[in-house]
Amino acid sequence: MTEEIIIAGFGGQGVLSMGKILAYSGIMQDQEVSWMPSYGPEMRGGTANVTVILSDERISSPILTEFDTAIILNQQSMDKFEKGVKKGGLLLYDPNGIIHHPTRTDIDIYTINGAELAAEMGNPKIFNMIVLGAFLKIKPIVKLDNVIKGLKKSLPERYHNLIPLNQSAIEKGMQMVKAK
Amino acid sequence: MGELKLMKGNEAVAEAMIREGVDGYFGYPITPQSEVIEYLTTEEPHKRTGMVVLQAESELAAINMLYGAAGTGKKVATSSSSPGISLKQEGISYIAGSELPCVIINVVRGGPGLGTIQPSQADYFQATKGGGHGDYHLYVLAPSSVQEMADFVEDAFEMAFKYRTPVMILSDGVIGQMMEKVELKPQKKRLTDAEVIKKYGSWATVGRVGGRERNIITSLDLDSHKMEAHNIHLQSKYEQMKKEDVRYEELQTEDAEYIIVAYGSSARISQKVIQLARKDGIKLGVLRPITLFPFPEKPIQELAKRVKGFLAVEMSAGQMVEDVKLAVNGKVKVEHYGRNGGIVPTPGEVYEALKQKIIGG
Repeated sequence: MTEEIIIAGFGGQGVLSMGKILAYSGIMQDQEVSWMPSYGPEMRGGTANVTVILSDERISSPILTEFDTAIILNQQSMDKFEKGVKKGGLLLYDPNGIIHHPTRTDIDIYTINGAELAAEMGNPKIFNMIVLGAFLKIKPIVKLDNVIKGLKKSLPERYHNLIPLNQSAIEKGMQMVKAK
Repeated sequence: MGELKLMKGNEAVAEAMIREGVDGYFGYPITPQSEVIEYLTTEEPHKRTGMVVLQAESELAAINMLYGAAGTGKKVATSSSSPGISLKQEGISYIAGSELPCVIINVVRGGPGLGTIQPSQADYFQATKGGGHGDYHLYVLAPSSVQEMADFVEDAFEMAFKYRTPVMILSDGVIGQMMEKVELKPQKKRLTDAEVIKKYGSWATVGRVGGRERNIITSLDLDSHKMEAHNIHLQSKYEQMKKEDVRYEELQTEDAEYIIVAYGSSARISQKVIQLARKDGIKLGVLRPITLFPFPEKPIQELAKRVKGFLAVEMSAGQMVEDVKLAVNGKVKVEHYGRNGGIVPTPGEVYEALKQKIIGG
């Protein structure tokens, strides 16, 4: 199994940390992982993306132009990465702020109202975990308990009290994801 | 199985230095390697092992601190990225001339000048052909994964002390910034002063032990005959490296008709090209130099006897390709494909270049 994923949105949305948790979850189930961010003079409000690969084999290129899954969280990223999804691949996006919705018919398209749900749950910071939950419902490439283990590894201990909140956000995402 | 962590290349190399029992690190921050000193200062290794971590006032100060500390037989290292490494070249030449062991990490970014903060491999000439003035080489290791960023710290110090020479770990912004699974080695003990005197007292400035002549560390000798003899001695070390310590990896070369030669992150991208090419029935293999100096000439010579062509893939305008051409020596076609200024080539474009320049050309 190899899953090549791009997660793209605004800086501050938790794009890079969502990727990190996914990568750690892969390690928890003995997979090879890579996490390659777009880095540069970006800051909050700018665009951010990360390529995450989980595989049972040694990973070749950490930098890719075609993906099994694209998780898209703003319009700029939609413009850039819709075309990069492999035929038969998955595009998951939050329609909040999207003006030009995806038009491809040769891929699976799902939506998750992550921003809206996070606001309803009273904490905009759990947005990325709702989106992660939505992704894992469609493609259960890592088990939920490995995600929780991954969260424990990637969060400093002083934030471990927030793990139940993150878990409920993941579960919310799993319930609310919709096929388009 | 050691401890598994998800780390950036820059963090892995820093943690590996602590675990290697390094005595001192002297550095100055620069993107894309600032996480090295950031990690070291956050981790406070003086509490774990007694290791000194010092942010110098400049790259020049850092390299000269390294020079002085290396002279005492201690295990010492520095790191920087391209423009900072250029600033360090005078000191590196002095360290090579004075025959001192140390490790220098270069997480390469695009140049020339201040260039860009994005990944590049355009410091190949500087790393392998000297860099500073005079006839000298560094022993140069090129990691292509986060695991190797960690593992090569131990290997680099082994070579540094074997040859009493500065060793460079030549990385790039991709390997420095990406996170991968890394298995960390157990903590080694730092050598005590008594152990350093016993092991390196014959050359290091550790005080006059047992009334012997004083050890003098210098790169200066105004007697040209002595300086020529010193140069011949240095060259004999480089010849010994070529005989004993060349490292490389061959991937799917057994039946290959075409070979990509690539190191570091370009080697990772080229591994993906193997998959693309083999899907189309093209027998492609990759030769990955792990040491850039000494360069793996012999395996390339061997492959040149049976393959149809070589493509050197590097994030530069064509530097390593010259060493590939020297090794192939005109037997078959050698071409170069690269991107510059911080642009990382995609597997697809490398595959296209292979088809156009080597297979179709």
